[in-house]
Amino acid sequence: MDFSNEPPKLLELLYGVIAFLAVVGVLLFVLDKLPMRKERWIALTFLFPAGALLTIGLVIPAIRTFILSFTKPDIAHPGTNKFAGFENYIWMFTEPESRHTLLNTLLWVLLVPTVSTAVGLIYSVLVDRSRGEAFAKSLIFMPMAISFVGAGIIWKFIYEYRPEDEKQLGLLNQLVVWLGGTPQQWLLKGPWNTLFLIVVLIWIQAGFAMVVLSAAIKAIPAEIVEAARLDGVTPWQMFWRVTVPSIRPALIVVLVTITIATLKVFDIVRAMTGGNFGTSVLAYDMYNWAFPFDNTGRGSTLAVFLFLLVTPIVIYQIRNLRQQREIR
Amino acid sequence: MTVVPPAVVTGETEVAPGGVAKRVGKRLTSRTATVVSILIALLWTVPTFGLFISSFRPENDIKGDGWWNFFTNPSFTLENYQEVLFGTSNVNGRLASYFINSIVITIPSVLFPVFFCSLAAYALAWLNFKGRDWIYIGIFALQIVPLQMALVPLLSFFSRGVSLGGVTILPAWDLQGPDKFIQVWFAHTCFALPLGIFLLHNFMADLPRDLIEAAKVDGASHPKIFRSVVLPLIVPALASFAIFQFLWVWNDLLVALIFAGGNQRTAPLTVRLAEMAGTRGNEWQRLTSGAFISIVIPLIVFLSLQRYFVRGLLAGSVKG
Amino acid sequence: MASARRRSFVALVAAAGLTLGGGLAACSSGEKSSDNLDKPECAAFKDYTGIAGKTVSVYTSIRDAEADLLQQSWKQWADCTGVKIDYEGNGDFEAQLQVRVQGGNAPDIAFIPQPGLLEKLAKAGNLKPAGDKTQTMAKQNYSADWLKYATVDGKLYGAPLGSNVKSFVWYSPKMFKDKGWTIPTSWDELISLSDKIAATGIKPWCAGIESGSATGWPATDWIEDVLLRDQGPDVYDQWVSHSIPFNDPKIASAVDKVGSILKNDKYVNGGLGGVKSIATTSFQAGGTPITQGKCALHRQASFYANQWPQGTKVGEDGDVFAFYFPAVDPSKKPVLGAGEFTAVFDDRPEVQAFQTYLASADHANSRAKLGNWVSANKGLDIANVANPIDKKSVEILKDSSTVFRFDGSDLMPAAVGAGSFWKGMTDWINGKSTKDTLDYIENSWPK
Repeated sequence: MDFSNEPPKLLELLYGVIAFLAVVGVLLFVLDKLPMRKERWIALTFLFPAGALLTIGLVIPAIRTFILSFTKPDIAHPGTNKFAGFENYIWMFTEPESRHTLLNTLLWVLLVPTVSTAVGLIYSVLVDRSRGEAFAKSLIFMPMAISFVGAGIIWKFIYEYRPEDEKQLGLLNQLVVWLGGTPQQWLLKGPWNTLFLIVVLIWIQAGFAMVVLSAAIKAIPAEIVEAARLDGVTPWQMFWRVTVPSIRPALIVVLVTITIATLKVFDIVRAMTGGNFGTSVLAYDMYNWAFPFDNTGRGSTLAVFLFLLVTPIVIYQIRNLRQQREIR
Repeated sequence: MTVVPPAVVTGETEVAPGGVAKRVGKRLTSRTATVVSILIALLWTVPTFGLFISSFRPENDIKGDGWWNFFTNPSFTLENYQEVLFGTSNVNGRLASYFINSIVITIPSVLFPVFFCSLAAYALAWLNFKGRDWIYIGIFALQIVPLQMALVPLLSFFSRGVSLGGVTILPAWDLQGPDKFIQVWFAHTCFALPLGIFLLHNFMADLPRDLIEAAKVDGASHPKIFRSVVLPLIVPALASFAIFQFLWVWNDLLVALIFAGGNQRTAPLTVRLAEMAGTRGNEWQRLTSGAFISIVIPLIVFLSLQRYFVRGLLAGSVKG
Repeated sequence: MASARRRSFVALVAAAGLTLGGGLAACSSGEKSSDNLDKPECAAFKDYTGIAGKTVSVYTSIRDAEADLLQQSWKQWADCTGVKIDYEGNGDFEAQLQVRVQGGNAPDIAFIPQPGLLEKLAKAGNLKPAGDKTQTMAKQNYSADWLKYATVDGKLYGAPLGSNVKSFVWYSPKMFKDKGWTIPTSWDELISLSDKIAATGIKPWCAGIESGSATGWPATDWIEDVLLRDQGPDVYDQWVSHSIPFNDPKIASAVDKVGSILKNDKYVNGGLGGVKSIATTSFQAGGTPITQGKCALHRQASFYANQWPQGTKVGEDGDVFAFYFPAVDPSKKPVLGAGEFTAVFDDRPEVQAFQTYLASADHANSRAKLGNWVSANKGLDIANVANPIDKKSVEILKDSSTVFRFDGSDLMPAAVGAGSFWKGMTDWINGKSTKDTLDYIENSWPK
């Protein structure tokens, strides 16, 4: 074995950690020692590192994407783009293929956040304070720790199809056979195939919901729980009248985060069906157009549309924020 | 779910009358509840369990019949693990190398965002300045920028630098060898910020106003409040964000491929896993064991950080 | 006050930068910069002087075991010249290469399997034309037929490297012998053999086109191979260059001819299910029923030799082997194939030297000796090719009566060749009509 490559890497890690500590130390020291009167300047310093990185890493790319969405590849001059007006937007809404993609994305966004949050919530209530809670929670958490590559293999295994007279490889078809049915090609028939893909993301995201919601449940003040109990509420009432209202902010965080993650889903579709059989979603088409198909304009248009899709959530956040401020 | 009968009084409820510190927990203790939780646990575990069993089966068995046949016709092998760990390639110790890369990539990619996000979240939650809400909403909205669209401009930022009208404002970074890790840290930090700021802002804004006001009355400055009042209180939130960021970075493939490159000097485990199946993907049985090797560290991290977020966000503090 | 704050932040960033810069300086030293060209084993490389201590970065789609063989094949050259080859293989090569080129971080040299992509990169000015020495070497070792795929606007941009032959039908020699079947030499014989096999209760053909994000490509190979036989190379060329539309009746005729096999319930899908199971069967598993006697014929490229289950012997007297996919007119010998081309993004001397070396017979033989390799390099000594199917492929490629055509989907614009064509054929297998499929692909051609 040759480990001569390794020390420089670890040295690099050391430098990274030192740089981190230096940034933390110096920033906090400076903030501490230099008294500033105007909150605006303090805020600027607090926001500066994040702001600078966001500008470079996300704001500029977002603007660039927006501009590119009005261009198309110039056939006469490969490698360059020319102005195309709203052509890409028209394409997006008229082409049957991309319309189908938009509908699929809608299905994903409706199902994944709600189901995975529900599962995460129910499970964290059920195992809360039970014996072996930590173990029970790691079971649901496990899918989150598996990379998309791993999740892809796992679920391809489950949906695998073999003809009737063969030994089944996939668990789902084996169950069907045991129950006396004929094996199905799960990923072939729409719209069911999209549902089978959605299951995979729910499987992954429920762990996230469970972790956050479980923490929130544990933060419900004991007095409230105790008071409710003295009133003689049933566990069912407890769940709806005490637990859910108390963890509402956490629920919203979970729903919003999973919704955004779902809009950006890409790897699962890519690994399981490659977007075939009418299972493609926005983010996957976006990647395909922008890179392998070499039409950045169309890719960017789909990205801009993704952005438009979150507008309702953004508006909701604004309302939420206003309410929050009023309370304080 | 069906309506469950009134809580069966368990031993737990009688433990501490009035002892608020030992909070008396009650769950939906009934047979239905147990059945439902076991059912969910099973549904969520069986797929992974199948993969786990498969990882110990010989290649022809994996490709020949379902993993449940293992129980009726057990044939056990460690060959998949051996192949993955020690490789079919001439260069031994490959996986170890990728493992180190993953660690080198992950640690700073978690530390930087956690710190920068908490700074920004504090400013957005507790400082008064014009346009604060709009900045917050803007950062929130940035979550949706697909990172695929950010790859080219960010890569160009590293490899060409920034110039305006022929004037170089920032030179190209031109990083080589292990220094390429800096690019990956930078990229991961950028991409983590919107979600991190959103999550931490939510927790920070929930802190009781009195707490901050009291500290101000005592003459504490904002930096001091941030450091000695807020940070200790949001440790659970920091831990939660840290673990999600950790998982995201650990399992990331795309960012690493673009900014670190795909060879063993800088590429993480996921890159190796993805290529393990061979050029034409025929060796995919190796992925069964590969997936398990890559899951070990995240699970350890989860289990060891678990107590932080199980403790609850404001357990024992002055909420309300 | 505020500016003091900001200044200290700048100082801090600078400090952090210096720390990291120190790391950079510490790591970049210690390269040895001498070659070994005077050693006896390096006699063949004595012309590659003055490039010692340099590094060339290589980016390809070849990974894992095959990548190891490739790296081993140029090890001696690298040791002799003192050039360090920094290899990187990636499964998402086509997309990632675009990202890197657009992001200004192109590799020094890439092995591009799509002449269409090579042409686009050359026209966009991203590629550098091959140097004089590479040109001489390439022209000496490869036929004009091959070089034309890497020639853009009259300039040669790269040289072929590895190749494969796609016009093969895999079968089990033992099964054929036991049942008394003979290898067909014309399309009609192929069909009558299929009928004969179908009459025995075995579905003669098996296929699988699932391949992750590239699902559909084996079906496009089918179309190309049959088009070449049904309509001839001229129509094939017109179709590839889009001088006849994708939904031309001639193309439809070829697609229907493929349909008479792949969409024929009596013929497919041996051991794997019905017609539609082709769409969900992975291309790796597409031929395996042959080893179980449940299928007799599987049309797939030479590289399928590596996909058989462990312990399957490939050879004329083994468990599986392949025969030439017969032409409609047995006197003609059209062959469909593919391969990758070396293309450089930088013309530093060491990069050019490496490209020259890769075009040489030295490299072709060095790689062939390691196994699993086919090349159209004229200097390749067939004695170095061990695998029987590779041997057969090399013979076909070297045969002057062969009419060779490159895989059409690799020549078309990526939106079609790696997009709508794959997707269209997948839908076609899944029940879409030939007309609708071809209309859809024609509409997607970039305008």
